[in-house]
Amino acid sequence: MTESIALLTIFVLAAFVGVEVISKVSSTLHTPLMSGANAIHGVILVGAIIVTGQAESALVVVVGLVAVVLATVNMVGGFVVTDRMLEMFRGPGARKKELHK
Amino acid sequence: MIATWAQLGYLVSAVCFIVALKALSSPKTARTGNGLGAAGAVLAVVITFVAYKPDHLVPILIALAVGTVAGVIGSRRVQMTHMPQLVALFNGVGGGAAALVALMELGKVPSGETVAAIATAFTIVVGAISFSGSVVTFAKLQELMTTRPLTFPGLPVLFVAGILGGIALSAWLVTDPRVWVGVLLCLVGLAVGVMLVLPVGGADVPIVISLLNAFTGLTVAAGGYVLGNTLLLVAGTLVGAAGTLLTKLMANAMGRSVFNILFGAVRGGSTLG
Repeated sequence: MTESIALLTIFVLAAFVGVEVISKVSSTLHTPLMSGANAIHGVILVGAIIVTGQAESALVVVVGLVAVVLATVNMVGGFVVTDRMLEMFRGPGARKKELHK
Repeated sequence: MIATWAQLGYLVSAVCFIVALKALSSPKTARTGNGLGAAGAVLAVVITFVAYKPDHLVPILIALAVGTVAGVIGSRRVQMTHMPQLVALFNGVGGGAAALVALMELGKVPSGETVAAIATAFTIVVGAISFSGSVVTFAKLQELMTTRPLTFPGLPVLFVAGILGGIALSAWLVTDPRVWVGVLLCLVGLAVGVMLVLPVGGADVPIVISLLNAFTGLTVAAGGYVLGNTLLLVAGTLVGAAGTLLTKLMANAMGRSVFNILFGAVRGGSTLG
């Protein structure tokens, strides 16, 4: 019981932190922020590895490996695509150069 | 329970995610923030391998390599204008992964652990909604299907029926955690996800992606509860909360309300008014 209360406490506090940290986002960054947050929930990969690593039947292992692939795509792809989006925010000089290409 | 050092490492990783989100909200620090988030994620994965010593290590590493290659190629090759649909797709596969993790944990939830059982059911159904909804948004933005709002006469009724069915199956799953009920719940979630996104017009799709992103965050948090893993709980909750606020901010910036975006096309249909 104490452990579930501890987890519940973490949940509630993290929810407040999540709202607070992005409350001052500038509107130009809405899409990259969404993409960055998307990459962060790719950390479900940790869950996929744990569950697959404890699997006993072959079917569960296969399903687990699918989950590992999907979660990795979410995590790795998410961070890379966010980085590409943010390349556009390097500064006015760099952006002008690209526009004149 | 895993070793103390691993839990502390997860804490470092969670702090990385918090600082990353903060840094991503400002143009000057955004890129560093993204890098920090990636560092936190890599740290978390390394800790997991060392602390849990998973069986089937070689297949897991191969799966990891396959996912990495697919993710990098996908996001490197995509044109700038096609990025939103790629984010939608990444979000969808994340939700799908969470649903699969919960399905696999289904047999292990001890009886009497009602909260854990509810969290498992939640992860399965919302993960499935996020997956199929994201696939439909991808298809819309990629113009594989019409970008106009799609609705048919029975849609609102079917949508409500899907939600009620999902709740009923979840309740069943909580009292009697059978895998086939979980699979059925997953299918209902997939159908609800499709029906949720079909009536949304092309211009509003980015906001729905943000909403589904928040959904996936919450599924990951629930998955963290099921596995007793604090990092998943913190990271998922962060994304769920931040994503919900971000969805609202994006809708405000377009002068729309989230409710109107989702249900505007079926308004006046019947039950959803």
